[in-house]
Order: sequence, then C-alpha cells, then structure tokens
Amino acid sequence: MLDKVNDILAYDFVRNALLAGSIAAILGAVVGYFVIIRNVGFAAHALAHIGFTGATGAALLGLSSLQGMLVISCVAGTMMGISGNKLHRSELAIGMVLSFALGIGTLFLALYKGFVGQASSILFGNIFGVSQSQIVATMVLAILSLAALAIFSRRLLFASLQPDLAESRGISLTALSTAFMVILAIAVTLASQVVGILLVFTLVIGPAGIAARFCRGFWGSIFFSILIGLGSVWVGILLACVSNWPPSFWITAMIFVLYLFGETLSRYVLRLER
Amino acid sequence: MNSILSIRDLGIRLGGRQILHGVSAEIQEGEFIGIFGPNGAGKTTLLRALLGLCPISCGELLVFGKPPGKTKHALGYMPQHPGCPDGTGLSARSLVSAVLRGERWGIPWISSSASGEVSRALELSGASSYADRPFSLLSGGEKRRVMLAQSLIEKPRLLVLDEPLAGLDPKNQMLLVERIAQIRKETGATVLFISHDVNPLLGVMDRVLYMAGGGASLGAVDEVITGPVLSALYGMEVDVIRAANRVFIVNSESNVTETACHA
Repeated sequence: MLDKVNDILAYDFVRNALLAGSIAAILGAVVGYFVIIRNVGFAAHALAHIGFTGATGAALLGLSSLQGMLVISCVAGTMMGISGNKLHRSELAIGMVLSFALGIGTLFLALYKGFVGQASSILFGNIFGVSQSQIVATMVLAILSLAALAIFSRRLLFASLQPDLAESRGISLTALSTAFMVILAIAVTLASQVVGILLVFTLVIGPAGIAARFCRGFWGSIFFSILIGLGSVWVGILLACVSNWPPSFWITAMIFVLYLFGETLSRYVLRLER
Repeated sequence: MNSILSIRDLGIRLGGRQILHGVSAEIQEGEFIGIFGPNGAGKTTLLRALLGLCPISCGELLVFGKPPGKTKHALGYMPQHPGCPDGTGLSARSLVSAVLRGERWGIPWISSSASGEVSRALELSGASSYADRPFSLLSGGEKRRVMLAQSLIEKPRLLVLDEPLAGLDPKNQMLLVERIAQIRKETGATVLFISHDVNPLLGVMDRVLYMAGGGASLGAVDEVITGPVLSALYGMEVDVIRAANRVFIVNSESNVTETACHA
C-alpha cells in the first residue's frame, strides 16, 4: 500500500496536483466558513460560473484561463459587495447575472474555435495539468488572501453575525463585504483549477458546511473545515491515480460521503442534546 | 441627574416618507423607559437613529451629550432577530464572544480574560446553563437571553432592546422582564425597552414613550396611557380601560384592543 503511494508520488504531476489542491483546499475551507455564516453560498457558486466567461474570454485574448477567471470574478465580486446585502443575497439577481455570464462564455467559446477541449477542463477541473508557474501563482494568491483575512476576520465574523451592532460600532458593512467578496472570488478561482468551475461548491462550501454543522466555535470549525478539505483532496487525488477515474469525481464523492456522515452524526449528537 | 438621551424636535425621513416628526424627549441616567406604539410608528427607526444607523433629517439627537455613533461602547443593542445562521452548531458562547470588541482588527482570538467577560455576560443574562449548546437548538426564551448577553457584553450604560418580548409566552415574558429589571439594578444602566404590550412592563418601568402617527409622547405611565393623550397620538378615538391591575387600550371606533389580553 505504502509502496504504491510512493510510486505515485514519484510523478511530478501528482506532486504538483497535491500541492495546488492543498492550497486551494485550505483557502476554500477558511473562506467557506464565512460563506456559510454569511449565507452567501449562491453568490459563491455564481462567482465561479461568471469565471467561465473570463476563462473563455482570456483564450480569445491570448491570456491564460487563470488570469481571465481571476479578473472577471474579482470584478463581479467587487460589484456584488458594493451593491450591498440585498443584491448579493438576491437569488433572482444572481441567477440572472450568472446565466447571462455563461451565455457570453458560450459565445466566446464559439468565436474561439478549437477551444472546446479546454472547455471541459475549465468546467470539470484538470488538476493533473497544473504547471509549476500556476502553482506559484496559486500560492501567492492564497497567501495574500489569507493574510488579508487575518487582518479583518474579527470584524468579518462580528459583522456577519450582528450586522446592525457592527455598523453601530463604526464598521462599514459595504467595505467589509466587498473585501470579502474579492477574497471569495480568489478562493473560487483557485478551487476551480482543482475541481473545475461546475464543482467549486465542493471545495469552497462543502468542507466548511460540514464542519459548521457540528462545531460549536469559530476555531474548531476552521480546523475541521481545513481537515475535511485537505483530506478529501489528498485521498481524491491518490484514488484518481490508482483508479484512473477523474480526481474531480473522487473529491466530490469524498465530500459527499463526509456530508452524509456529518449529517447523521450531527443529528445523533443533537438528539442527545435534547 | 445626567441626561443620557436628549431628543429635540427630531424628524426622520426615509425613502421619501416622513417616519418621525417633532419628537422631543429627555431621558435621565438609570431610567427604565418603555417604548410602545402600533406597527410602523417609528419605534425601531428611533432606536436605529440613536445607534447612528439612520440619518436624522431635522432636529437634534444626543446620546450621552454626543451625536449618535460617537458613543459606541456605552450602548448595548438587542436587535429583533438573532444573527445566527440556522443549521450551524455555533454555540451561544461563540455568538457572544464574536460581539466582544468585534470591531477590532486581526483574528477573532478570545483571550482567557475575554472569555471571562463572556461568561459574566452570560451569567448576568441568565444564559449560563445552556451557553455551550448550539444556539439554533435553544428555545425562543433561551435565545432571547443569549441575545441579551450579547447586548450586555461591553458593559453598556444604555441598553437598547428592540421588542425582546415578541413571540415569547407570558411566563417567559415575565421572566425576561424580571431579569432585565435585575440587570438594570445591578449595573445602573438606562434601559430603552420596545414592546407591543404595556402590561408586562407595568411596575418595572419608570416612564413611557408612546409613539404613534410619527409623533411621540413621554411621561409617567398614568399620564401617557390615557384616553386623551393616546387619541391625539393615534389620530382617532381611543379609550384606556384599567381592570384587574392591567391596562387595555381600546379603539372606540371598532372592537379592537391594542393590548392583548393574556393570563
């Protein structure tokens, strides 16, 4: 068993995948917890889909899909943040923008012939195709995002749980939510490199959502969220190597099984509480 | 006596609608003020204005002698709705901890002295025994006490409570009012208490701020809760009936009582 793992780890592309996957999982787990307590899951999902337009548009302009996605989802995130609570929690508004963005992405795809093969890797992830330079970019972006979160996470937690009180103590909710949405856009972009745009939910919201169900405090939730995210990415990638099935399948399957397990467990624990 | 809250000829317009006009009131340190009035009378708007969340269009509003928003920590605010997302396991203690100096930069680390402050606030509000259970599993009355602890955490001199009794059964209403009266006695804080029903606060409050039709009237319970004053505020004929130590506000033109009758 260990020999087998060692054999697999001898490949560069596997090590790269594990590294990029781990970074995306950690950032996704931390950012995801705030997504859960702020109740902006749909906005997170939409940012990824809007990124598709960026990725296909970037191909037209000769840029990398990472650059394209990053730019467009950061712009969209900023706009959602500035528009305030009402809009980025409005399912109708988000759904409209999201489908229009995907429509434009489809147009770009049609204009840029020969891109169809890449489209599938954007949509469903291509973690084994991550290059050295992409890993460097991933790491820099993740460190910047986590550093920014470290600066204002206390305010963010306060404002997410008691917005009125936070505002009355002089916190600008708009500035805070804009900053958070930009970080969310980055987390979503990095996660989509691992599992693809369509499956971003699994890394950005899944682990945090499972942890938030049974953890009582902030730090415990963050810890378990990271643990679940990292564990699923590692096991998913290794299983993908062994089975030749896509890593995106294994990662989403792992998260789903953990979700079912977590639900059962939390229900059992909750029954004991009553 | 120090004036904690000074309102002079206050007017507030929101979205082209005049919510409040010509409201004047002076509230002294340590007073327990019940704020009553029908839906849409501007009770919550007034509270939001004194928290600095809502711009004033005319007149003057001073909290501790300063414009609203400049006296952040002296104010404890209990909103109508809890801020905890459903379906999470976040404990009551975590929710109260998040509020403690939540406006600081950095990570939400809780030092042991801070966690002592959290325990004290939970104890003061009577929520200690379920502080470590998930907030979403608590009963309505328990949730209110946790929210009360949130408003107490910064040791406020002015407690602003927005309908803390809404949705509670009569017994829990009574217990919560008693607890708040106790807190006021122990801490000397001034209390502004919005309620829909006058009865639970009788015997506890010092004065009444009755709001209706965009105006407000401050006075002793017996002075304000009278037919003529309320009729002027509502802009229609209202009778006040006292029976069995309780007050009923009755609309003379139809058969609706403003104060719900409960055991």
